[in-house]
Amino acid sequence: MIPAIEIKNLYKSFRSGFFLKKQLVLHNLSLQVQQGEAFGFLGPNGAGKTTTIRIINGLSYPDQGEVFIFGKENTNVGVKARVGFLPEEPYFYHHLTGWEFLDFYSQLFGYSRRYRHKRIDFLLELIGLQEYADMQLRKYSRGMLQRIGLAQALINDPQLVILDEPMSSLDPIGRRMVRDIIIDLGKRGKTVFFSSHILSDVEMVCDRVAIIIGGRIISVGKIGELVKEKVDFHEIVLEGISTDKLVPEFEVISHETNRTLIKVEGEEGIQRALTFIKVHKGKVISVNPQKKSLEDIFIDEIRKGGERE
Amino acid sequence: MKVYPIALNTFREAIRDRILYLLLFFALLMIFTSRIASLLTVGEESKIIIDVGLSAISFFGVLMAILIGITLVSREIEKRTIYNILSKPIRRYQFLLGKYGGLLLTILIMDFIMTLGLLLTLYFKSGRFELHLLLAMGLFFCELFIITAFAIFFSTFTTPILSSIFTLAIYAVGHLSWNLLALKERIASFWGKALCFMLYYLLPNLENFNIKNEVVHQLTIGWKTVLLAIGYGISYSVVIILLATLIFQRRDFV
Repeated sequence: MIPAIEIKNLYKSFRSGFFLKKQLVLHNLSLQVQQGEAFGFLGPNGAGKTTTIRIINGLSYPDQGEVFIFGKENTNVGVKARVGFLPEEPYFYHHLTGWEFLDFYSQLFGYSRRYRHKRIDFLLELIGLQEYADMQLRKYSRGMLQRIGLAQALINDPQLVILDEPMSSLDPIGRRMVRDIIIDLGKRGKTVFFSSHILSDVEMVCDRVAIIIGGRIISVGKIGELVKEKVDFHEIVLEGISTDKLVPEFEVISHETNRTLIKVEGEEGIQRALTFIKVHKGKVISVNPQKKSLEDIFIDEIRKGGERE
Repeated sequence: MKVYPIALNTFREAIRDRILYLLLFFALLMIFTSRIASLLTVGEESKIIIDVGLSAISFFGVLMAILIGITLVSREIEKRTIYNILSKPIRRYQFLLGKYGGLLLTILIMDFIMTLGLLLTLYFKSGRFELHLLLAMGLFFCELFIITAFAIFFSTFTTPILSSIFTLAIYAVGHLSWNLLALKERIASFWGKALCFMLYYLLPNLENFNIKNEVVHQLTIGWKTVLLAIGYGISYSVVIILLATLIFQRRDFV
């Protein structure tokens, strides 16, 4: 099957400062998003997520490299009719009401009046803003703007939906709504590509993720694999053994009055620690498995990136 | 017809802008008060009203074109609403054409209201509609074709403040550029002549659209002059909008 998005060897630089110094923001970025998958694009602020998304949407041009959407060049107008896009921190025409706003975008697709009205009513219900349809956007709250932004991204019932930080500025109810919409799009066979720096959002809805740091893709894969690859250490809380005795044998994380927290790796490590505690007449308070979350992987990668530079 | 919804939205945004009404208010105020100024003269009242009225319309018309023209395109870029529009299946030139169309429509309506104000003021003075003023207004509208095109042209690559200054400069230069031809005759050096000649044809000659004196003194105006001015206005604007499109096409939105 033709990938929904195919990015080939993208380079992008900006010039900034008084001497217009060139700064490379995307280094040889390649990525494939298959049709029908929910793909998370993860990275800390300033990693190049938004730049990549703007290039995909044809708002910005790469220095080198190509982007294809459903096998066609991304600047192709026909292909744009199959894409929905919600920019980061979207700003909208404040003078329009919610309804006029959605109608304006649907007119750009050349739909008939009857179809437009039906679609707008459906979307307003989906995002729960029917009551505010006739209110000017200047009176909308940030969360409401984010929602109406999502509605405009879905106005053409797109095959591919690109969302740049869709959950930012939303309250828990709004986040859940966005999450449900993404899951629902997935069920209906749509491709969703969305960026975020909030890992828990991605963990719940994405089939695959790519991690981008410093303009380079660090890893791509299923979340399960990315997390499994790098898991497993245990934290053991114990009492009654002095740190002097523990330090040569184990990694001591913290020590308070009588209690000590140590870190051990693997099943064998746990056994060794438990035997050691038994021999030294200590007391085990708790054994806590510490799975590495995406967040830790993130931080590890950033650190590694820093060391590389 | 993707230009149409953009033009309509631009028009809608412009007429919901308070600045427009503020300018319109002052323009009408000036037109109506020209009646008072006319009392100071004897026998020339209508001429004074026409003179002051046309100047007010021209001054406020240009101000509207510049202020609204620049804010409407720059605002799209600054407020990033442009990201949404350009990700939809429209081409960048269609966006610019839509903006241009919407602006011209707004300005046309504003000019119409101001002209109506002037015609009514004159009607109350002389008891008849001075319809020959419409020709002056029509040509002035052609001038606004060019001013608006420049406002859009500048805002495709520079900041709103600079765009306003540049467009105002074009307006000022445009009304003085005819002097270049006179200057050319007085300069001896070949290169000096060539420079004057080149600048004259490069810069817009907005005096082509100024028939205020003829209208005030009720002189006859040849159709050839009028048609040439209209042709000039349209073709000059087309070139400027084309240039704006070329720049806008390559613009990186980051």
